Amino acid sequence: MNNLKEKGMKIIFLIAACTSVLAVAMICLFLFANGLPAIREIGIFEFLLGERWKPSNSIYGVLPMILGSIYVTAGAIVIGVPIAFFTAVFMARYCPGKIYKPLQSAMNLLAGIPSVVYGFFGLVLIVPAIRSITGRDGRTMLAASLLLGIMILPTVIGVTEAALRSVPESYYEGALALGATHEQSVFFSVVPAAKSGIVAGIVLGIGRAIGETMAVIMVAGNQARMPRGILKGLRTLTSNIVLEMGYAADLHREALIATGVVLFVFILIINLAVSLLNRRTQNGN
Amino acid sequence: MEIKNTQTLGQKLKAYTKSPLSAFLAALVLLSAVITFAVLIFLIVFILIEGVRYITPDLFSFTYTSGNASLMPALINTLTMTAVSLLIAVPLGVFAAIFLVEYAKRGSKLVNLIRIMAETLSGIPSIVYGLFGLLFFATALKWGYSMLSGSFTLVIMILPLIMRTTEEALKAVPDSYREASFGLGAGKLRTVFRIVLPAAIPGILAGVILATGRIVGETAALIYTAGTVAQIPKNLMGSGRTLAVHMYALSSEGLHMNQAYATAVILLLIVLFINWLSGFIAKRIVRG
Repeated sequence: MNNLKEKGMKIIFLIAACTSVLAVAMICLFLFANGLPAIREIGIFEFLLGERWKPSNSIYGVLPMILGSIYVTAGAIVIGVPIAFFTAVFMARYCPGKIYKPLQSAMNLLAGIPSVVYGFFGLVLIVPAIRSITGRDGRTMLAASLLLGIMILPTVIGVTEAALRSVPESYYEGALALGATHEQSVFFSVVPAAKSGIVAGIVLGIGRAIGETMAVIMVAGNQARMPRGILKGLRTLTSNIVLEMGYAADLHREALIATGVVLFVFILIINLAVSLLNRRTQNGN
Repeated sequence: MEIKNTQTLGQKLKAYTKSPLSAFLAALVLLSAVITFAVLIFLIVFILIEGVRYITPDLFSFTYTSGNASLMPALINTLTMTAVSLLIAVPLGVFAAIFLVEYAKRGSKLVNLIRIMAETLSGIPSIVYGLFGLLFFATALKWGYSMLSGSFTLVIMILPLIMRTTEEALKAVPDSYREASFGLGAGKLRTVFRIVLPAAIPGILAGVILATGRIVGETAALIYTAGTVAQIPKNLMGSGRTLAVHMYALSSEGLHMNQAYATAVILLLIVLFINWLSGFIAKRIVRG
């Protein structure tokens, strides 16, 4: 009887553990099964490389949104990564012990603020600011990139800081002993040793930026046309789904799911890159 | 051992004049740190100060009308959604972690597969969860736009988080606890539930609180699973919007910006509270 209970619970634990495998399998299955037929019907090149998205005329080219996602993400990386990198160096190597704990919880808070609240902040502050400078609609690629640059800070800082901390102290001490200044030791001895961890942090940041939906919708303008510049509006893959899913039917709906498939493939590639980088870090140490 | 920098400020400045690059890098580091934390403080203070005056009593009326744009139904829906999602996800995640830590052979292929899949899940953006929830729970299972569809979507979303934090908490329990329990004649199951799990509770709780934060702030995964009806549904099969969805709806309609401000304040306060709570529990783990 007791033995039966032990065995039974073990099987229950095993099933629970397999839920995540099942979930990934189901997500792949349902996305691909619902999205791929649409891609086939539209034509893979027409879909991926088509420059026009006009559901009312049954024209489904998703290239504007692919480029939109890439541009906004690139902007976020340009704005966010330098700040995140130097802040991580500060947290790992400069921060006085006394203020470390409060700053750490501030960082957790930055990560915990919901994306709608970020979006709202962008809508009531960044967008009007850009409008007052340029005199045109402030819902632009610049606004989205700025906001995403802020939103990826905690992700990139967290991973980068951990990578910097995992470098053996002897690297730093060795450089100091050779007469290097604190900065020279940190930037030319510790940072290169943490390289792959730092890159993993940046790639995670890219994943976060590409996948972000609500904040981008609220500030990016969402025009479904090819991106035309930093001070013009654009639409990302994620926004495309949320904006049109509510009323889409038939092929339009399937084309939106196919948009999700494109996004999902991007994310899978990014995940793969991160896990390869992490493996390299582990082997390196 | 911590290395103390015993240079005085004057000596430091002197060293910097000798190495301009070092001075430049130090300036960049300080500047970036100031920017990061200034942005955070500014964001919170800005929304709280600008928004607090829009909090009025009729925002807390139990029925939503286009006149009052009450956030009370959304607040209650958020609580329901959180409760239902945690009720399913916590046992599932904890059991999965128990299997990984207590039962599985370390380094076995199955464990590696489960790890990789959990990692993959935690990298998937919420809109993809939303799409899946729409296709599977709402359409294939015919649950429609409902609190239940939304909850199950969130369960998958927070599962990797709960698994990871529970795993860490279980691993932190010293092996001597298990050995002592086995030595006294307790079986594996008894050891897990009576000895290991109670010792790991604070760590698990920290994960649950983090998960609560994600549920409260989630929007993209819920719009097309739980729907956007602004009332309290009669049961779990009804559609209802959570606070974050409510806020998105208000600000995208653009008719109730003041109420959106107020909702932002409430959301921020909840997040601040959740953060404080997890910090509080983390402190207890360190002490305990």
